[in-house]
Amino acid sequence: GPLSERPLMEVRLGELHTWISTCDFSPQGLLGTVQKAWNSYYAKYINVRRGGPSGISMLLAGYCLLSYSWNYQHLKRYRWRKYH
Amino acid sequence: MNLSFFDQFMSPSLLGIPLVLISMLFPMLMFPSLNNRWIPNRLTTLQLWLLHLITKQLMTPLNKKGHKWAIILSSLMIFLLTINLLGLLPYTFTPTTQLSMNMALAFPLWLATLLMGLRNQPSMSLGHLLPEGTPTPLIPALILIETTSLLIRPLALGVRLTANLTAGHLLIQLISTATTVLLPIMPTVSLLTTAILLLLTILEVAVAMIQAYVFVLLLSLYLQENI
Repeated sequence: GPLSERPLMEVRLGELHTWISTCDFSPQGLLGTVQKAWNSYYAKYINVRRGGPSGISMLLAGYCLLSYSWNYQHLKRYRWRKYH
Repeated sequence: MNLSFFDQFMSPSLLGIPLVLISMLFPMLMFPSLNNRWIPNRLTTLQLWLLHLITKQLMTPLNKKGHKWAIILSSLMIFLLTINLLGLLPYTFTPTTQLSMNMALAFPLWLATLLMGLRNQPSMSLGHLLPEGTPTPLIPALILIETTSLLIRPLALGVRLTANLTAGHLLIQLISTATTVLLPIMPTVSLLTTAILLLLTILEVAVAMIQAYVFVLLLSLYLQENI
């Protein structure tokens, strides 16, 4: 189909910059993208008939990684300190 | 002597943008909203079971008028429970370690119960200031004491939650620092410290759940007195 309609996984690497230029970067557009991303994650991993701990665990692991990246500047300086 | 142990409680910010809002909104993702099905998925089933347990426990002692508080009390319970438990994961930020947030939760709710009681049944609410069967000479002193205890309730609610969680996180950080530092020097002592750390983590999980429960239970007790 046309480039702007395709989801990200089906866009080829060479067409990536054109695809990004067709994106909607207004607040509503970003919110819509986040909502779609969350809904697809939820539908694939959590909202299944016989789910297990994996859906939520991936979410929590991602949250831990995100928190680590937020604190990285501080942790870097703490690691480099000579005397703790 | 270093003060870096308290750095874990600083509000996280990236390029000057406060991220505490995202830490507070993350529990919302863990509790998916309803859809048309009766039994959507296993996660929702577990959460609905927990919600029913909490609501039944909180609402049984209350009369019909108190059942209007069901949503706020049970959602507060789930909120505090999730935030406390999420704070035990590595590198995460616990918003309930901030006194500002706990006071912002405790003070308006306590004030709401107090004002409702004073407005709807003023003599009953004021009657709670004097326990039954006190000897007559003690009455003035006891009224003063009970008034003080009434006025200190929001402070106690907020500070109890803050202090318990902050102390727990600090202890975990201290003992884990001791374990890492001792590992090259005295491995046996380091192993013992690891055992202590494991037990402390189990305690912290329990404390996280108990503190959320105590907060909401006390609020429901204050509501029972005043409704």
